[in-house]
Amino acid sequence: MNDLTEFFESGPYSWDRAKKSARLLAKLGELTEWHLEHCEPYRRILDHLGVDVAAINRYEDIPFLPVPVFKTMELRSITSESVFKTLTSSGTTGQAVSRIYLDRETASMQQKTLVKIVSSFTSASRLPMLIIDSPSVIKDRKMFSARGAGILGFSMFGVDRTYALNDEMKINVAAIEQFLERHSNERILLFGFTFMIWQFFYKELLKLSGSKERFDFSKGVLIHGGGWKKLANEAVSPAEFKDRLELVCGLTDIHDYYGMVEQTGAIYMQCECGHLHASNFSDVLIRRGSDFSLCGSGERGIVQVVSVLPYSYPGHSLLTQDEGTVLGEDDCPCGRKGKYFVIHGRLKNAEVRGCSDTFERK
Amino acid sequence: MTNIEKYTQAFVNAFGVDAESAKALKYQDIPAWDSVGHMGLIAQLEEQFGIMMEPDDIVDLSSFEKGKDILATKYGVEF
Repeated sequence: MNDLTEFFESGPYSWDRAKKSARLLAKLGELTEWHLEHCEPYRRILDHLGVDVAAINRYEDIPFLPVPVFKTMELRSITSESVFKTLTSSGTTGQAVSRIYLDRETASMQQKTLVKIVSSFTSASRLPMLIIDSPSVIKDRKMFSARGAGILGFSMFGVDRTYALNDEMKINVAAIEQFLERHSNERILLFGFTFMIWQFFYKELLKLSGSKERFDFSKGVLIHGGGWKKLANEAVSPAEFKDRLELVCGLTDIHDYYGMVEQTGAIYMQCECGHLHASNFSDVLIRRGSDFSLCGSGERGIVQVVSVLPYSYPGHSLLTQDEGTVLGEDDCPCGRKGKYFVIHGRLKNAEVRGCSDTFERK
Repeated sequence: MTNIEKYTQAFVNAFGVDAESAKALKYQDIPAWDSVGHMGLIAQLEEQFGIMMEPDDIVDLSSFEKGKDILATKYGVEF
């Protein structure tokens, strides 16, 4: 069993570097041992790398798997009978699909962690929730898209869940008006994916803003994720995204988040200062593409993520395909402890293929 | 209706099962109790008992029995 009691008993951003590193080393070391013992392909990879796990004395030295291995290998540390749910993600292009195997316990820890992190931003009680998407994303219950899964994961923070778009992805003005009438003096939660918000919500609000149909979301808190790739094509920066939304509907409390299906639950929320934050449950390390050594603060490199949640599959230390920069640790003006960072986007394909090849060559 | 009847009815309404089989149910035992069905069940329970559950309790409600515990200890529902 993956005992995370001390992680759940503290505030999600309460540990400074000394405290957090000690706990991450202990927990991630334990997970490494567990996966070595229970996941044969994982053991082979580590053998191949020649890592002496017993000699590791800082969590930064725990080996990492490149995220694409979950597309090419079946990696799990539980029996096939214990598999409760399989998460899949196709990534950005139509390549092979990542398969993440969860047992009941891991799935439940993921949800609890999400609750712990998100409710520290939205307050503990649930808020009326406007989902900036179409109800059709969760219609096929057997096969959710990553979007559908994200919406469901966040659904437990909302009451009176209302979809802002109809099945044709058109803005549902009447539904939004009625929702705002029902909750005229309340704080509300808006949730959606960055690109969907921009394309199907912001742009429509902009068209409406000339008419009398101007929605007031000044009491809203917007949480959005899913990345900026599609918006970069439209040359929309995160700062502009925020500014324009405020202009068109009064939203000021806006939080992006960074996360991936391979480490569901331990998401990185953006604070009031615009920084993504690592919670007690996880951390980011930035590595140089040339030799995978650790970058210094302020240096741009490849993002590695570690999380204490992956127990049913060896995903506790992963090298992503994203580029990022750590801006600082324990000293963000927002008051949260832990590292804060920015994500610059996806690496170029060539570099990514380079690092996953290392592990596929047997 | 007694509280246990109301409680059972929430499962019947949410999953279209009969009252007897509802009592043995765990999350994901039947296709209807998946993550979508779960939020439907929560809505039913909240309506039946006039409560609003905390996100933590929504996550913890993993079986018929567990849900009874949660409602009894956290929301003062007597069974």
